Amino acid sequence: MPVTVRIPTIMRSHTGGEKSVTGAGATVGDVLTDLDSRYDGLAGRVVDEGGLRRFVNVYVNDSDVRFTGGLDTPVADGDEVTILPAVAGGA
Amino acid sequence: MRAESVLDTVGGTPLVRLRTLVDAELGGDGAGADVRLWAKLEDRNPTGSVKDRAAVFMVRAAEAAGRLRPGATLVEPTSGNTGIALAMVARRRGYRLVCVMPENVSQERVAVLRLYGAEVRFSPAAGGSNGAVRAARALADERADWVSLDQYANEANARAHYETTGPEVLADLPEVTHFVAGLGTTGTLMGAGRYLREKVPGIRVVAAEPRYGDLVYGLRNLDEGFVPEIYDESVLDGRFSVGPRDAVRRTRQLLETEGIWAGLSTGAIVHAALGLARDEARAGRRADIALVVCDGGWRYLSTGAYEGDLDDAAEALAGRLWA
Repeated sequence: MPVTVRIPTIMRSHTGGEKSVTGAGATVGDVLTDLDSRYDGLAGRVVDEGGLRRFVNVYVNDSDVRFTGGLDTPVADGDEVTILPAVAGGA
Repeated sequence: MRAESVLDTVGGTPLVRLRTLVDAELGGDGAGADVRLWAKLEDRNPTGSVKDRAAVFMVRAAEAAGRLRPGATLVEPTSGNTGIALAMVARRRGYRLVCVMPENVSQERVAVLRLYGAEVRFSPAAGGSNGAVRAARALADERADWVSLDQYANEANARAHYETTGPEVLADLPEVTHFVAGLGTTGTLMGAGRYLREKVPGIRVVAAEPRYGDLVYGLRNLDEGFVPEIYDESVLDGRFSVGPRDAVRRTRQLLETEGIWAGLSTGAIVHAALGLARDEARAGRRADIALVVCDGGWRYLSTGAYEGDLDDAAEALAGRLWA
């Protein structure tokens, strides 16, 4: 199932500069594995042995996957996955 | 209402029902829905934002701990509202305040800070808010006589909301089912969220966080990111990322339907709250959703967010820390 994955600037060296790429899979983890097979090293920037890296946030249709099952969060055709670095927010 | 000092007027803000906004969002399908939105108007605080609560609590805690002597200098990383709130408290209590902020924050914030007597130091825009935090922490380390309250790591920030915001919401809305607020320092959500969790079984605590443009995230190293020390994921049930277009659209809608002129982070919060309202209405469940209006629109006037083409307004925010 194709989903769109938005790539942050810092990771675009893996995608040949592409801002968004298409991945396939039934879960966020599957999609990352799929992308890693074509964009070497990409998954390792997002995930380590313990799961999602601490300073990386991943969203499916704007909802943070840490609250929806993490890497097991299901994705469906047409969903949008966004990867972002954690930043200090708030005024 | 009579008070000995402006500091005694912080909090006690009204909770206002957003009936027209919800009717417009749910349309005909939602006519019979048992769903209500309630806005806590934090712009009614003395300096016009929710940050007055944290500022008063953090300064009082530092005084009680003996960290602040008369004439002391406070240094704080802030893109505006916390700085303005601290500047007011500093004025009243006789402290000097130095604010460190990225150079791409809105002009009004800088102007107001200077009016209140704060000194503003800029950190490079490319470093974003993470850079401002690092710069302020470095300044505090260099100068033994400077005190950093460090809102991102200060438990008094969250405690302000545990002791005031949370109880106020519960007193005005005992039937509350959801609490939605912005995720910046995370103080509002950690404090009020934790309080409401203890008192209201089954309540859902939901965060709305601004999603900035590529320029703001820039070439930030993923290994040097930033998560506030006071953040505890277990307090939250969900976290939504809201882009500038939705934030601007909802801010305008709040003004048009309810006559409430709020800042852009509030637009993001309203967007997340309306998403919950739709889900609850569809599921046929009762929902009384309390949300936080963080500040008024004045501090964002120069961003051009309130008029003209929506896409142009959203585009103009692309490189800025708009919330």
